[in-house]
Amino acid sequence: MSAPATLSWFARHEFRLAWRDWLSMMTAGKASRLRMAALALASFVLFMHFIAFLALRNVADPGLSPGKTALVVVTGCALLSWSLMISQAMESVTRAFYTRSDLDLILSSPIAARKVFSVRIVTMALGTALMATLLAGPFIHVLVIRFGARWLAAYGVVVSMGATAAALAVALTVVLFRAIGPKRTRLAAQIVAAVIGAAFVIGLQVAAILSQDTLSRFAFLRSDTLAARAPDVASLMWWPARAMLGDWQALAAVAAASLTMLGAAIFVFSGRFGEHAIAAAGIANARTKQAPAAAFRHASPRRALRRKEWTLLRRDPWLVSQTLMQILYLLPPALMLWRGYGDGGVFAVLVPVLVMAAGQLAGGLAWLAISGEDAPDLVATAPVPAGFLVRAKIEGVLGAVAIVFAPLLAALALIAPFQALVAAAGMAIAVIAATLIQLWFRNQAKRSHFRRRHTSSRVATFAEAFSSIAWAATAALAAGESLLALMPAAIGVGVLIAARALSPRDVPG
Amino acid sequence: MKDTSKPFALDISGLVKRFDRPAVDGLDLRVQSGEFYALVGPNGAGKTTTLRMVAGLLKPDAGAITIAGIDALADPVAAKQVMAWISDEPMIYDKLSPLEYLEFVAGLWRVEAAAAEARARELLDWLGLAPHAHERCEGFSKGMRQKVALAGALVHEPTVIILDEPLTGLDAGSARQVKSVLRERARAGGTVVMTTHILEVAERMADRIGIIASGRLIAEGTLEELRGQAGKSDFTLEDTFLALVAKEAVAA
Repeated sequence: MSAPATLSWFARHEFRLAWRDWLSMMTAGKASRLRMAALALASFVLFMHFIAFLALRNVADPGLSPGKTALVVVTGCALLSWSLMISQAMESVTRAFYTRSDLDLILSSPIAARKVFSVRIVTMALGTALMATLLAGPFIHVLVIRFGARWLAAYGVVVSMGATAAALAVALTVVLFRAIGPKRTRLAAQIVAAVIGAAFVIGLQVAAILSQDTLSRFAFLRSDTLAARAPDVASLMWWPARAMLGDWQALAAVAAASLTMLGAAIFVFSGRFGEHAIAAAGIANARTKQAPAAAFRHASPRRALRRKEWTLLRRDPWLVSQTLMQILYLLPPALMLWRGYGDGGVFAVLVPVLVMAAGQLAGGLAWLAISGEDAPDLVATAPVPAGFLVRAKIEGVLGAVAIVFAPLLAALALIAPFQALVAAAGMAIAVIAATLIQLWFRNQAKRSHFRRRHTSSRVATFAEAFSSIAWAATAALAAGESLLALMPAAIGVGVLIAARALSPRDVPG
Repeated sequence: MKDTSKPFALDISGLVKRFDRPAVDGLDLRVQSGEFYALVGPNGAGKTTTLRMVAGLLKPDAGAITIAGIDALADPVAAKQVMAWISDEPMIYDKLSPLEYLEFVAGLWRVEAAAAEARARELLDWLGLAPHAHERCEGFSKGMRQKVALAGALVHEPTVIILDEPLTGLDAGSARQVKSVLRERARAGGTVVMTTHILEVAERMADRIGIIASGRLIAEGTLEELRGQAGKSDFTLEDTFLALVAKEAVAA
C-alpha cells in the first residue's frame, strides 16, 4: 500500500477509476453483463486476428534492411494510427479540463495539483497506447507468427506512439487554451482532435485519387511517385519504421525520444493544469445573450418540435462538429466524382459511400432527437399523440440529412440520373432504418452524453452499423444494375427484424 | 365554499401501480376546481408515482383518472390540453432563451402566437425573469430554471397544475415568488395539486392536505380536520403528520 498523496498513491487511484470507467463502458453499467462483455471482447480480438491474417497473408517480410517502399508503407501505417492516437489523447485532455467529476475535490485539497496532473497525463498516454495495442495487437501477432519474434518490437513502438501522442495532445490543448481562452478551447480542441483523426486518412485518399485515380491509400503509399520523393533509407525519419521491423537500436532511440517528450510535457504543463481547469470551470456560469426575435411565430406542434430540434442543434457547435465530422469523409468521393466526370466506375465507390454516410449521420441525429431530449416530461405531457411527436422528430432528422446530402446528390444526378436515383433511395432507406433502430432502443439521456450513446445498447450500435453497411452494399450493386442487390437488401431487412425483436417492448412504433 | 356542482378538477379512483412492490395501492383522491391541494407523505410513499400517472408519464396498472371531467386514460390528449406538469428537476433547454422556450411550449399547446407572447412576457415579468428573457438558459441557477419551467406551465393557461416538489432547492426569494404565483393561480380559479416535503408550505398554502403512505391516502382534510383525525387539537402539521403515519404503520 502506497503512502497517501504520493505519486504512486494517485496512480493507484487513477488506474482504479480508469478501470471502473472502462468496465462500465463495456457493460453499460450493468455488472450482470460482465461475462457477456468479456465474451464479446474475446470474439472481437479473435475476429481482428482473422482480419489481420487476411490483410497480411500476401505481405512479404521486408527483413531488417528494408527498401524505401517498405519503409514508406510501414511509416504511413504508423502515421495513420498515430493521427488517431493524437485525436483520442486530445479528447482525454479536453475531458480532464472540462469534466468536473472530481476536480473540485482535488483542487480544494491541500495537495500539489502538479502531482495529480502528472499522473493524469501518464494515464492518458497509457490509455491511448492501450487502445492502439488492442487494435494493432492482432496484426503484430500475425507478423510474429509469420516472420519471427523480432516483430514484437512493434509493441514498443505502439507504446512510444501513445506517449508522444499524449505529450503532443497536452501541448496542443494548452496552447489553444492560452491562445483562444477556455470557452472556445473546448469546441476548438474537439474539432482539432476530429480533424487530426480524419485528416491523414483523407489526405492519403486525396493524394491517391490525384496521383493514382483510386481511393486506395496503399496504392499511393506503394507508388513510385512517393518513393522517389521520400528521404533516403538512411534518414532518421525511418527510425520508427525500422524499430517496428525489429531493429532494437532504433527501438531504444524511439522509446527514449518519446519518453523524453512525455516527461517534458509533464514537467512543463502539469503545474498549469490546475489553473486551466479552474478557468474552464468558470465558463459553466457564463451566459450567452440571444438576439431578440421579432415576435412569436405561429407554429403547429409539429413545426414547433422541428424548429426546436434544428435550433438546438445549430446552437451547439460541439454537437454539430461531432455529427457532421463524418461528412469530412465524403471529401475523397466528392473529389472522385469531380475528377471522374462521366466515368462509370466512380459510381461503384460513390453510391455506397453516400448511403453509408447518410445512415451514420441519421443515427447520430436520431439519437439526439429521440433519446437526447432534454425536457422529456414537457414533450410527453404536451396535448399531442405520442406517435405524432415521434413523427415530427423523425421529420426533423430527415430534413437535416436532406440538407447535408442534397448538393452531392444533385451533382450526381447531373452526371448519372439512374445512379442518383438509386443513391437517393438507398440513403432514404438507410436513414429510416437508422432512425427506427434509435427509436426502438431509445434510452433517455442528456444531449451532452452524445459521445457515449453507444454504451447504452451494444445491440443498437451493431444493428445501426450492419444496417448501414447492408444498405450501402445494396445500393452499390443496384447502381451497377445487378440482381445480387437483393442479397444485401435481405440482410438489411433481417438486421431490422432482429433489432426489433431484441429491442425493449415499451416503446411505440 | 367550493362549488360541488362542477366536475372535480381531479378525480382518481382505485389507482394501482406496481413496480417490484405496490407503489400506489388502490388510491382514491378528489380535488375540486379552484382548490389548492397538497399531497404529503414519507419518502417512497407513492406521491411522485401518483402525480406522474396523472400527468400521463406513467401508465397505471388499474384505476381511473379524470381531469376536469375528461377521462385521462381514454383521451390523454384532451386531458393534457387542460393540464400542466412540473417536476422537482426543472427540465428546460439550455440552448434556448426563456422567451424561445415559452414560444416552443405555446406551439406544443397550440396557443395563438400573439396571445402567447403577451402572456409569456407578463409571466417573465411577474417571475422577475424579464431582464434574462433573451439569455440562453445554460447559465441559469436552479431557481431561475424552475421559474422558467413554471412560466412554461402557465403560458397555456391550464385548468389544473400538477407540481412535484416545486420548491426543492430554491432559495427563499425564489420560493416566495413561486408560492405567490401558485397562490394567485388558485385564487383565479385554477386548481393546483402539489407534493411537498416542506410541511410548513402545505400548512400555509393548501386548502386541503392529503397524507399518503404505502401508496394509499391515509388522511385528508384541512389542518383542523387532520388534527381531529390525529386526536390532538394543539398539534402542528408536523406532529399531526408523524402521528398519522405512525398510526398507519402500526395498523399495517
